[in-house]
This record gives sequence, C-alpha cells and structure tokens, in this order.
Amino acid sequence: MSEARPAEGCALVTGGSRGIGAAIARALAADGWPVAVNYLTGANAAAELVAAIESSGGRAAAIEGDVADPQTAAVLLEAAQQALGGPVLALVNNAGVRADGLALSLSDEDWRIVLDTNLGATYRLTRAALRAMIRARFGRVINIASVVGPRANAGQANYAASKAAVIAFTKTAAVEVARRGVTINAVAPGLIATDMTEDIPQAFRDRVPAQRAGTPEEVAAAVAFLASDRASYITGSTVYVDGGLSA
Amino acid sequence: MAEDKSAQIEKVITDSLISFGANAEDINRDAELTALDIDSLDLAELSQIIEEHFGVELTSGDVAEITTVGDAIDIVAERS
Repeated sequence: MSEARPAEGCALVTGGSRGIGAAIARALAADGWPVAVNYLTGANAAAELVAAIESSGGRAAAIEGDVADPQTAAVLLEAAQQALGGPVLALVNNAGVRADGLALSLSDEDWRIVLDTNLGATYRLTRAALRAMIRARFGRVINIASVVGPRANAGQANYAASKAAVIAFTKTAAVEVARRGVTINAVAPGLIATDMTEDIPQAFRDRVPAQRAGTPEEVAAAVAFLASDRASYITGSTVYVDGGLSA
Repeated sequence: MAEDKSAQIEKVITDSLISFGANAEDINRDAELTALDIDSLDLAELSQIIEEHFGVELTSGDVAEITTVGDAIDIVAERS
C-alpha cells in the first residue's frame, strides 16, 4: 500500500487565482490541503480566493511568481513551505498561456513563450518538487494538459505541441518515481467556460458530445481526486474532462 | 575528529542504502552499488540526503563516478 498523505504537506497551484486554477485551489482546500495559490497578475483575485478559503475553514496563501522565469520554481516551493508550514506534496501545474496563429505564421516568440510556460515551467516545478516528495514517500503532481495536443486544433500548433509534450513528460516522469509513493498524472480539459476560452467559436462548442462547455469545478474534481489518497495507484495517466470530445 | 566525520558519513550512507532496500550484511566499502540493487533514483535521493547532512552538493557527474560504497564515502569526506 502507498503511504497516506503526511499531515504537514501543502499543495501548490500555479496560475491559481482564477478560472480552472482557482477552482482547483478551492477543491484541494475543501479536501483539507493547505493551498498555496500562485499568481502572476491577479493579486486581488488571489487575495479574494485566499480569504474565501480561510472563511470556509481552510488554509491558503497567495504567492506571486512568473513560472516562465527559470528561477521561480525554487522560490515558489520555498515560499509555500514558509507560508503553510510544510513541503509542497501536491503540485498542480496549471499556469498556461496561448499565443494562437497558424503554424506557418507563428513568431519565434509565440512559440517560445507557449512552450516555455506550458511545458518548461511544468518540468522545472516538477523537478524541484520531487525532491521533497521522494523523501516523504508521498507526492502528487497533476499537470493540466488539454484535449488540444492529442487532438488537432488549427491555430494552436504551439499550444498543442506544449500540451502533448506535457502528457509525454507526465508518463515518463511518473514511472521514474512511482516506487517512492509519488504519482504524476495529467488532466486534459476540453472546452471549459473561463475567460481564456471566451473567444472559442460556436462551431467548436457544437462538436462537444455533451453539447455544453464544462465548468472549472468539473476539472477541479478530477484534480482533487488524483491528489487524494484514493488515487494512490493511478500514475502516468491522463484523465480527460471534456464532455466526450476526445472519445 | 576526521575519523568521527568519516564514521558519521559511513553511517548516513549505510542507513540510506538500507532504507533503499539494500541488505545490511552486504554493505561494505568494496560493495558495488549495482550489486546492492541501488539505481539512479536511489542515488539521486542519496545525493539529497548527503546535501542535507553534510552540505556537500554532488553533481550528476560526481554521482556517475561513484561505483562502490567506499567511493561514496570518500567523495563526501573529501568535500565536507
């Protein structure tokens, strides 16, 4: 049997101040995780989220940091531990960006920023967090991927490449640390109603078998399950939360 | 003092190897880590433990040169 979650660990959600990240932070807090909410620009939203979690009896801390900066991973982990009194034992790599355009016209910067934020930061934070996790014989890394990657989506070659790579990274990293009680999984949302997807055309929405957009809370539920003791034998997997879009 | 330090290093490394699943009776200075079923994940964790206890940072290049238990003890003793 896998070790149970140590009492002193905390969770870190990157890009946690709004949308899917905020829903994940709320869900983890409801499951008893002290939650570090990382944000880049949403200081007020992060502060409001922390206040809401605390008023519900949970523990949380807002931590500023740009995950695209290679120095940020160690800083975030240290700040989370300082604020919440234990190492990060649940890491949710949620921060992500889009810079859409046809592959033939994407700029080098469009390519770099999307790959470095969505994939590079996921790698750097996972690498740094695994140190405490393998020592604790417990860890949960949940990488937010996308149905875009496994599926094509014209105009998002950079985003698709980053998210497909996140799934590939998840699989290999998972097998490397599985025997230390550390699981690494991906959650791949489909069309989820957030401010990042407001401009998605109706034609795309019509292709969803469930005939609606998902909610951030529906993604968060999958993440919270994967972070729980109940998911101790699930690793290297990708859970699609997409209303059947990828089926 | 130096002998104390060396004994301390030997104890930390031996305890770590046992925690990774090595048989205590097989551990000696000449034992090869591969023969003790110590793999790259174990060595990565051992590097962390050494850093925590002795403040010695081992690079992946350093770790690649460690073949026996004695090699591990000696490299930490030299740098701490």
